[in-house]
Amino acid sequence: MDPELKLTPQEQAMLAGDAGPGVQKAMEIVVALGQIYGAKDLVPVASVQVSGVSYKNLGEAGLEFLEEWAAQGARARVPATLNPAGMDLLDWDELGFSPDFAQRQMAVIDAYVSLGVSPTCTCTPYLVGHTPQFGQHVAWAESSAVSYANSVLGARTNREGGPSALAAAITGRTARYGLHLDENRRATAVIEVRCPVRSEADLGALGYQVGRQVKNGVPYFRFDTTPEWQPSRWEWKTFGAAMAASGAVALWHAEGITPEARSGNFVAPGARHLIIDDLEPAYAALNGPAQEIDLVSIGCPHASLAEIEAVADVLSGQRTRARLWITTARSTQQAALRAGLVARIEAAGGQVVADTCLVVAPVAGLGVRTMATNSAKMAFYTPSHSGLAVRFGSLEECIAAAVTGCWPTGAGSRR
Amino acid sequence: MQILEMSGRVVKRGTAEGVALVSPTPIGFLGGVDPGSGAIIEPGHPLEGQCVAGRVLVFPTGKGSTVGSYTLYRMAKGGTAPAAIINAESEAIVAVGAIISDIPMVDLVPIDQIRTGDRVRVDGARIQVER
Repeated sequence: MDPELKLTPQEQAMLAGDAGPGVQKAMEIVVALGQIYGAKDLVPVASVQVSGVSYKNLGEAGLEFLEEWAAQGARARVPATLNPAGMDLLDWDELGFSPDFAQRQMAVIDAYVSLGVSPTCTCTPYLVGHTPQFGQHVAWAESSAVSYANSVLGARTNREGGPSALAAAITGRTARYGLHLDENRRATAVIEVRCPVRSEADLGALGYQVGRQVKNGVPYFRFDTTPEWQPSRWEWKTFGAAMAASGAVALWHAEGITPEARSGNFVAPGARHLIIDDLEPAYAALNGPAQEIDLVSIGCPHASLAEIEAVADVLSGQRTRARLWITTARSTQQAALRAGLVARIEAAGGQVVADTCLVVAPVAGLGVRTMATNSAKMAFYTPSHSGLAVRFGSLEECIAAAVTGCWPTGAGSRR
Repeated sequence: MQILEMSGRVVKRGTAEGVALVSPTPIGFLGGVDPGSGAIIEPGHPLEGQCVAGRVLVFPTGKGSTVGSYTLYRMAKGGTAPAAIINAESEAIVAVGAIISDIPMVDLVPIDQIRTGDRVRVDGARIQVER
């Protein structure tokens, strides 16, 4: 490759193969992306989040590729963490995953460990100690984590794919284009929110609706009504996840909420204006016709400790008829175990599942036909990825569905 | 016989020769191409049913899921990958797929000058078309 972009002597040496074929291939990827997107140079990255972990999505080819790259001597040279796997790495058997799948999934994890990536297996690295600082350049894959890092934390990353994030980890560099540059972080759409936002599901519905309209733009939100409900910092993850799923939003700002929205000149000239005064279209689009519910999924993105506590509180002594899965990071699950929350949820018939998520797990093989969730992202992906009929509503509505096995009348609607 | 010479930008350096298969519309590899046979399977695609294996595959740009990079890798391992890829303007999925699979790839090429059935040779940034 003939680099038109400027490389340091060290970067040129990597590209020439001086650090071995694994590093050379990684630098070829970083340089190719730099050329495609018109970067002038590369920028060191503080950390990397790698996607492409579930064997369901990677397949044998992806696994073979990772093993080959590791055999060529490629190793992460900056801290790197891993996205969710296709199963709970410890309790897969009890949860109904097949031994064949488990064996291939563990081979994928082993390959990533050989590549120097920590097997955190979560889409919320920022909840388990991998938290970039304001203004830091990082290379993250996983669209919901990208959105959180850029928007809530004010770090800088493009939406990386699996191989490009790994290439950044192996070289410690990414090409300086897109959201690494000030001029691309300004808002391209101003969104006036004139309807009340009362729950995490409302926030997800709003995100879904705006993502569809702004596509890969940068929305800037003004919430006109006094919030009847104040999201905590972690609840913004569900908002960004929805926008990244229905559109390709990697960065959003909100007046008085996100760090860069306070710094003045951030609305681009010619930004479009949108008014959102009704969330019903989003609820209607995300709700299928399912009445009986086989599985209730909470924790997309992975549940925080506070969310797990909220589930335990809403359940309070009831028994579930449908399967109830709260997906979370292993370390969050361990904290919930110590806090006695797992015991309370299990006593009600629910399960706190670690390392995986129902977007990437082979759910169809678990004998499940219908799902209810409080995540707009999950509701958006599940019908096409797993062929399940989906219901979408608040945490309270989803827990009610878990208890009765039926979607409550009038739930999943704002009319 | 007519010979056309053109040159583009190297995405993955290499040398390859084959018969051109030209798509007027973008190609997505994940779900759009069967990695086992190399056939284009996207319903309604202008090249639906045609096989890309061993061809110099010419199309405007890539599309679809990022997992498509691994689909190309699988095709290269299984012998169903194109011999080379020529794009009008490449994007990340196919570019990364070509690099990890060692498939010679060039972009910024006036692809409307290449027709299906032409004999095409790719050498670095240089492209020679024979018809």
